[in-house]
Amino acid sequence: MDFTEEQLQRYSRHIILPEVGGKGQKKISDAKVFIIGAGGLGCPVGYYLSAAGVGTIALIDNDNVELSNLQRQIAHSMKTLGMNKADSAKKTFEALNSDVNVIAIKDRINNKNILDLIKNYDIIVDGSDNFPTRYLVNDACVMLKKPLVSGAILRFEGQVTTILPGEGPCYRCLFEDPPPPGLVPSCQEAGVLGVLPGVIGALQATEVLKLILGKGKPLAGQLLIYDALGTNFRKVKIPKNPDCAICGKNPKIKELTDYSQEYCAL
Amino acid sequence: MVQDVNIDKKLNIKGVVCPYTLVKSKLAMEELKVGQILEILLDYPEAADSIPKAMLNYGHTVLKVEKINSTDWIIKVRKEVED
Repeated sequence: MDFTEEQLQRYSRHIILPEVGGKGQKKISDAKVFIIGAGGLGCPVGYYLSAAGVGTIALIDNDNVELSNLQRQIAHSMKTLGMNKADSAKKTFEALNSDVNVIAIKDRINNKNILDLIKNYDIIVDGSDNFPTRYLVNDACVMLKKPLVSGAILRFEGQVTTILPGEGPCYRCLFEDPPPPGLVPSCQEAGVLGVLPGVIGALQATEVLKLILGKGKPLAGQLLIYDALGTNFRKVKIPKNPDCAICGKNPKIKELTDYSQEYCAL
Repeated sequence: MVQDVNIDKKLNIKGVVCPYTLVKSKLAMEELKVGQILEILLDYPEAADSIPKAMLNYGHTVLKVEKINSTDWIIKVRKEVED
């Protein structure tokens, strides 16, 4: 556990915490985290995990930075307009901390590539903005038994939960199937307060660091709901569904669903 | 009595200022086993006060805090809990 003088300074506030220390900081630098989406949630999650010194951070996003993103997607800037979002975020995170190996993947995650992409990572973070991806990520994480920190935002409300496959419930235990296309509006249609993904993303990053350190109690089996207008946090228990289609005793889903046709409009 | 205890590790942090006095002391403690003793030599006055407090907070036992000359202190700490 040899830190350079620069690392001692950078991580000093972590090292002096009894729950982290040099050993915990080493765990953080050995950790590999995969973030789905370099948007509203992916930006703050990746930003804080980079600051914390997470050794390897992969980001996947197929979109390019637009001016309308800058109200909330804090890793992008006027200088990276038009650039792929994963590349733009990589530039920002590497400027913050050169200890971090940021891998930018310019692609759309799908049922064909997801297992290969995430298989070598310790923890997966869902910062996607649509239901098909959310269910795909959930199912892939259950199949590979990867811890998943899931976040979602709309208007003034956000949600976070940590899924520990094999131990607690998964996203399908909570909502069995994705809602039909068009039923739940997207941020594009309904709007979102720019700071909201910052709050939810910071909560997701906190969950990731707790999992890496093995400290505290993960937000498993519970959905944390933040209401920004009422300044209210509440937790809802999620029971494990013994008949869950993906994590139940006799799972019906044997292979990942291809949602690309059904949701092509998204 | 305490002068006779075996020192398992010595740490010289003369010239080091806060909070790096604590960062280096904490890291040195992590390398010890429970029951082993660290001797810290330092010259940053605030640390002579803050290091013993921090070590107590971590759950360790401070065996000795002694000003040994006009500039330096020696602190001896026994590790009591795993990190």
